[in-house]
Amino acid sequence: MTDYIVPLLLFGVCAAALYKKEHPYSLLIDGASEGLKLLVTLIPTLILLMTAVTMLRASGAVEIITKFLSPVFTFFGIPPETAILVLLRPISGSAALAVGIELMAEHGVNSPVGRTVAVMLGSTETTFYTISVYFGAAGIQKTRYAIPAALVADLTGFFMAALTVRLFF
Amino acid sequence: MIIDWIFTGIVLLALLGAILTGKGGELAAAVPKGAQAGVTLALSLAGSICLWTGVGKVMEKVGFTSFLSRLLRPFLRKIFPSTKSDPVLSGHLSANICANFLGLGNAATPMGILAAQRLAGRRKDGIASHELCRLVVLNTASIQLIPATVAAARVSLGCNTPFDILPAVWVTSLCSAGMGLTAAFLLGKVWKK
Repeated sequence: MTDYIVPLLLFGVCAAALYKKEHPYSLLIDGASEGLKLLVTLIPTLILLMTAVTMLRASGAVEIITKFLSPVFTFFGIPPETAILVLLRPISGSAALAVGIELMAEHGVNSPVGRTVAVMLGSTETTFYTISVYFGAAGIQKTRYAIPAALVADLTGFFMAALTVRLFF
Repeated sequence: MIIDWIFTGIVLLALLGAILTGKGGELAAAVPKGAQAGVTLALSLAGSICLWTGVGKVMEKVGFTSFLSRLLRPFLRKIFPSTKSDPVLSGHLSANICANFLGLGNAATPMGILAAQRLAGRRKDGIASHELCRLVVLNTASIQLIPATVAAARVSLGCNTPFDILPAVWVTSLCSAGMGLTAAFLLGKVWKK
């Protein structure tokens, strides 16, 4: 069933565009070149963060952190292997992506850990970055309860990612 | 910038970890290996990211966005009561939520910022209003139809069914946004200045 979501979506948007007398192909090209611009800004970031993250994983520091946090994660039913991702996710999107890819490669993309990592990456945001951009632009100094509420959302996301992977697969 | 501290912090942690575990050799080898992995990763993500920003663009053009914002109107009025009297704000907010939904992060942020500035303009004391806090919470809990980057990453690792995680991603992000907003409502009742 889920196999058809993406091909159908691709066909659906093209058919809808034709129906509206738009040009789906040139729109796709427009969008793709915007995506390429995004990618160009992403490449240097990924190179540097992958270097840092690969160093972190080679050093054995991740094992130490994971071991330390493991009881808390096990209590909530979250695979302790994801500890480092959970710590980095709210702070840096690219670092979380780099760590997530390392974890998926190590444990297997279709393993429970690999899937949990993917769901975590797909359903959460870089909380602190978002908060600083929005409040910065709006000239807000007193953020009141925004940070705790956003962290509640993040923690729910991490917990639910592990739970849904256990239930759905 | 916070990323400076994160990068330096990660390198320091790696150094301390290697000294503790005696993995100096592995650490040194990881430096060029990691940089190379960054290039490989970026290239393997290229196809999917470009394709999905393209699809997002078509969806926007065929009016999917305005369809979504009609669906969203009752929800917006509940969470952001000011939208009842401010159609411009309502437009910014629904554009922000829709762009997030379609995975167009680059379009979502400017719209969200416009909405945030309009909300902040109502009071000039630099204190976040309830509605502004809710806007930020909503944006930190991403609700996405197609998490393209993650799917691309899974493909690059040899996964044949990169989208089998979609239902799990949808349920998870709805729960986290719901819990975040609930927390914001509850905290808003008890929080002092």
